[in-house]
Amino acid sequence: MSSIEPRQSAAGPQQPAGQPDQPAGQPDQPAGQPDQPAGQPAQPNPPVRVTRSRRSALWAGIAAIAAVIILAYLPYIVYSATTNLLVNFFMLLIMASMWNLLAGYAGLVSVGQQAFVGLGAYFVLLLAIHGANPFVAIPAATALCGIVGLPVWWLVSRLRSGYFAITMWVIASVCELIISQFSSLGGGTGMALPGLNLSPALLTADTYWATLTVTVIVLAAVYLLLRSRLGLVLTAIRDDETGARSIGARVGRTQRTVFLVAAAGCGAAGALYVISQLAVDPGSAFSVLWTAKMIFITIIGGIGTIEGPFIGTIVFFVLQQTLSQYGTWYFIILGLVAMAVAIWAPRGLWGLISDRLGIRIFPVGYWLWPATERERPARGLALLRRG
Amino acid sequence: MIWVNAIIQGILVGGLYALFACGLSLMFGVMKVINLAHGDLAVVAGYFALGIIAVTHTHAISSFVHVPVGVSYALVVPVFAVVGYVVQRTLLQAALNRGVLTTLLVTFGLSVVIENGLQQFFSANSHSLSIGSLVSDSFGIGSQITIAYLDVSILAVAVAVLLGLQYFLSSSKYGRLIRAVADDREAAQLAGVDYRHVFGIAAAIAFGTVALAGLAFGMYTQFNPTIGTDQLLLFAFEAVVIGGLGSLWGTLAGGILLGVAQQIGAQYNAADQVLAGQLLFLLVLVIRPQGLTSRRETA
Amino acid sequence: MSVGAGSGPLLEVRDLTVHHGQLEALHGVSLSLPAGAVHAMIGANGAGKSTLLRTIAGLHKPTSGSILLDGTDVTGLRPERRVTAGIVLVPEGRRLFPTLTVQENLLVGSDSARPGPWTIDGVYDLFGWMADRRSQRAAQLSGGEQQAVAIGRALVANPRVLLLDELSLGLAPVVVRRIYDLLPRLLGSGVTVLLVEQDVSQALHVASRIHCLLEGRTTLEGAPAELTAEQIEGAYFGLRNGGNGAPGGGSGSGSGSTPGAAAVGPTDGAGSTGAGA
Repeated sequence: MSSIEPRQSAAGPQQPAGQPDQPAGQPDQPAGQPDQPAGQPAQPNPPVRVTRSRRSALWAGIAAIAAVIILAYLPYIVYSATTNLLVNFFMLLIMASMWNLLAGYAGLVSVGQQAFVGLGAYFVLLLAIHGANPFVAIPAATALCGIVGLPVWWLVSRLRSGYFAITMWVIASVCELIISQFSSLGGGTGMALPGLNLSPALLTADTYWATLTVTVIVLAAVYLLLRSRLGLVLTAIRDDETGARSIGARVGRTQRTVFLVAAAGCGAAGALYVISQLAVDPGSAFSVLWTAKMIFITIIGGIGTIEGPFIGTIVFFVLQQTLSQYGTWYFIILGLVAMAVAIWAPRGLWGLISDRLGIRIFPVGYWLWPATERERPARGLALLRRG
Repeated sequence: MIWVNAIIQGILVGGLYALFACGLSLMFGVMKVINLAHGDLAVVAGYFALGIIAVTHTHAISSFVHVPVGVSYALVVPVFAVVGYVVQRTLLQAALNRGVLTTLLVTFGLSVVIENGLQQFFSANSHSLSIGSLVSDSFGIGSQITIAYLDVSILAVAVAVLLGLQYFLSSSKYGRLIRAVADDREAAQLAGVDYRHVFGIAAAIAFGTVALAGLAFGMYTQFNPTIGTDQLLLFAFEAVVIGGLGSLWGTLAGGILLGVAQQIGAQYNAADQVLAGQLLFLLVLVIRPQGLTSRRETA
Repeated sequence: MSVGAGSGPLLEVRDLTVHHGQLEALHGVSLSLPAGAVHAMIGANGAGKSTLLRTIAGLHKPTSGSILLDGTDVTGLRPERRVTAGIVLVPEGRRLFPTLTVQENLLVGSDSARPGPWTIDGVYDLFGWMADRRSQRAAQLSGGEQQAVAIGRALVANPRVLLLDELSLGLAPVVVRRIYDLLPRLLGSGVTVLLVEQDVSQALHVASRIHCLLEGRTTLEGAPAELTAEQIEGAYFGLRNGGNGAPGGGSGSGSGSTPGAAAVGPTDGAGSTGAGA
């Protein structure tokens, strides 16, 4: 049961739409209620229904819950090597989702998110040194990173794209340099993470469950964020920032919120990183490679879509696993592929797939159904942007 | 006296920073894009020079003709200028047609690819470029200030290049076209200018100057595959912001101020050298984001 | 009424349709400009006049239709190539290079010049005050002075077809008058002019033929002497009026529609249209 949504002209944050976007504006409507049409005035208006999603999304939702349950049982059935791999997978998924929010929705291209990854790791270290259980420290570190995001936002919010990107990089470098000065935190060479005195098997399992929990929370938060009114503003910004401002959307406030969420999310990933490594050093925690991975994954998967980071992370891992014996070649190839995708397929792999099949796994947009039809929205009536 | 020495050293290295910065500033002014691979290009130039030296010193060639080291180095700059033109007309133009954000991402990808590529081929070890005895010779002023000939030479070269670039931009036909395209690309098209070609020229200049800066850096200190983004790119950008966009003399001032700040920071603590420069950068960003000399709106 | 020097019109636009994203800016617009003529496009804001000039200059790619210069199809040429072919646009808002001096602005224009009578010194002759100010930055000039330099920058390229977009925008009437008084000299040097003008009376004063656009379509076309005020009003605003049977228009230099008819309507009546013939 697939139908093709009429192809829209916007392909990503850098392509302006032909006209300022019209956010649907109507609040969430359950299926079945007749609604005022959102059509153009010059055309005849059949009565329509507005729904949030189609039935394919319902099946996807069930599948997602089932997947989470299965994943939760994994430590009982697979080797720790697999769960460790999944820990890395989820960490990257979190980070890519955050970068996707920032760049794909809020229009903020940051090449310095590693600042928050490193800060998240070091906050956990700091709390662990003072006696806290590192697992318990995860939410605290996440929140702290969100708080640190405030003064950082104040510093960078006025900067335009290129300046914004590279200033974030400088800030990450500043964080790294400052932390390297504290020998109590291990200085330039780093230190081991105290406070975890569990058996290896239990530690691996706990790390895995903590990661899974954080991932589910983060992804759920992203999904709900994008489904909310804030998400509507974000979609408008994604499609045409000037247009969004011109209709009164609170672009600045929205961008700040997203920035803080992304800071917190990257901090959470950093917290998971230090726990999974059991040690941390400034060079690795604040490495620009984190951002490189975030960027490549998001671009290849599909920037500005929720499903994109999933696909991208999978591609990343497949490449990494198959080419790992050749050193960092997989990374070079990933970079080249990302560059090619950015230029020639700007909506990424998911964009290519969803264009063909017209499916949305995470529904955040609106579908218009003519009141007379039950199953398929008619071509030409769905006026709204991609969710 | 230590502080005076610090300031002098800062001025000397400031010229080098300005040389790094002018290419970045030019590309941003003309194409409106920050080339995140800028620092890495300098590193590639360093490795390229090493490669040329290695090749010209192989028996096959050196038995024919002795190629002085200086000539080997001099080859690098024009080669890079040509490479810059080609890269701009192909890769970067394709990205620019998509948008500024795409170009930013593509240059970032380029940076990562270059660094990892260098690491694959050359390992993570540091190298430097030899220039014979020039590296260690120095002269003194008074009893406490030592100035290396190399450092002064680099500053002289940097100032000369900036002067040349200034003259080129203000008085030559292509300099005029570059300024016109930077002002208003569409109006330039309407006046008959192929802006893609002008972009290519600007990129050629940027690649050439950064290659020169890379060679100088390689003589001044050591380089490794990741120093392009660890230091060079950030230094160049900081110099541009501190000095202000739109004026080469501003860029020189920015480079010098950055160098001085770093040297003063180093006096407190060797680890504070880079940090001091970055803190100055952040300060300028907050207080006077258009930089010291810029008339234009920026950031 | 103008007589074509060659066998056909110098500039011909055939059935041009242009979209901005999803918005249709021009629909099926045609016009025919003989050498040595001055034609004017009039119409309300947003009617598509500037879009038409910009498309002729090469800044927009048409969805369909073609543009011919002296019989050669130039639709695929990039804007800078059209300049060397002989189509030069003086854009709306002047668009001088603000950090360049007057002299440098003119130099940029002359870099891609075709052979022809106009030189930078010739432009200085045309505008007596300009030579003294040649070293001033363009941003420091007044609006009228900038307009003069913009025209000069286009002239030194020696265009065959000069496109003028909203010359009068933001300028005092006396300044506008002075600029339009120069038109005969331009025509005398072999330049053909297609201009867009908000001020209808000014357009009627200088042009030998008027085209009126409304919402991207041509609603009226003819020589000023043959058009009545009501016709023009109707075409401009899109009101149906009782005007009928406009007297026969120009000879030979029509736009390909019914010879002798002065009013051109769209092929059928979707949306609001202008006066019917």
